[in-house]
Amino acid sequence: MSENQRIIEIEVLRYNPETDKEPSKQVFDVPFTDDMSVLQGVQYIKDYLDGSLSFRWSCRMAICGSCGMMINGEPSLSCETFLRDYYPARVRVEALAHFPIEKDLVINMEGFIEKLESIQPYIIPKEARTLAQGEYLQTPAQLASYEQFSSCINCMLCYAACPQFGLNSDFIGPAAMALLHRYNIDSRDAGKGERMELVNSEEGVFNCTAVGYCSEVCPKHVDPANAVNQNKTNSAADYFMRFLTPKGGAK
Amino acid sequence: MKKTLKRSNAPIFWALFGAGGMLSALLGPMLVFITGLAIPLGMLLPVDTMSYAKMLAFAQNIVGKGFIFAIISLFLWHAAHRIFHSLHDIGIHAGIVAKLICYGGALAATLVTAYTLLAIGF
Repeated sequence: MSENQRIIEIEVLRYNPETDKEPSKQVFDVPFTDDMSVLQGVQYIKDYLDGSLSFRWSCRMAICGSCGMMINGEPSLSCETFLRDYYPARVRVEALAHFPIEKDLVINMEGFIEKLESIQPYIIPKEARTLAQGEYLQTPAQLASYEQFSSCINCMLCYAACPQFGLNSDFIGPAAMALLHRYNIDSRDAGKGERMELVNSEEGVFNCTAVGYCSEVCPKHVDPANAVNQNKTNSAADYFMRFLTPKGGAK
Repeated sequence: MKKTLKRSNAPIFWALFGAGGMLSALLGPMLVFITGLAIPLGMLLPVDTMSYAKMLAFAQNIVGKGFIFAIISLFLWHAAHRIFHSLHDIGIHAGIVAKLICYGGALAATLVTAYTLLAIGF
């Protein structure tokens, strides 16, 4: 161990559904170096202090979206948040807010997965193309219109940031709406009509009160707040225009 | 399995909220300044700018009527929506009761305004 090694206190929210009535905090003294992330801190705990600590992680470089946690109350990817920025104060690590806890820092993401499925996150072409017709072509401008919305890594930080999702977990939420928008505005897609039903529904965009924290915490610089609020306009147009056009979006 | 989705009626209230918000942002501070400070204090405009006779004539003019109606009604729809959602945000989920009070208040005031503006004639 190098001589510039210091000790930081990491407070971890522990919860074991088999034995605990409710979550409780546990503090560990963790030796760290300047290059250590919060993720490496909790990995140290698991390896040397308490092997029963549970958390998700994979890539360690903000690509996989597995290691989202509340770090001092802020939704963050623990792999790109560094212990040195908190030292000498204690750093508090908790499971992502607004989700049921499965164990310790692991949340139950079933609801989120269902939402992802519900938006039909794939291109729905107007008509099927045969192989002989070749690939779908798209101009750089057409790509640019939706590209940022396609960078989502499903880390769910935006859901932990969204007070409205916290109040009503039926709300389709920021990441799913950003992805829905990404497909709706893709020049190759013709599934908007089907997806608008969800946008227009009581679980849809109007749960959002334009807080904007979702976009702030996004580690991939997606702007879900923008997607949600553009779709308020789309949904309002759909709401009133359906009286003028024979085929409205939703029933 | 696909859930049955119910269309939200929020666009009606959201559109009124948006219209009121735009209007209040653009005109609200200026109106407060003119009606609350500039005229009573005799700044820039003469004190009798808002005399009864002048205001009555303004309210009897079709454009003036429209202006007064939009300002009162849309400001109130905006406020109603804002209050309703703020109640929800601070943990008061009064649901239908809050909805009735907030939007009902705005609707009632809209109707009273419309009636009054029509009653004072053209």
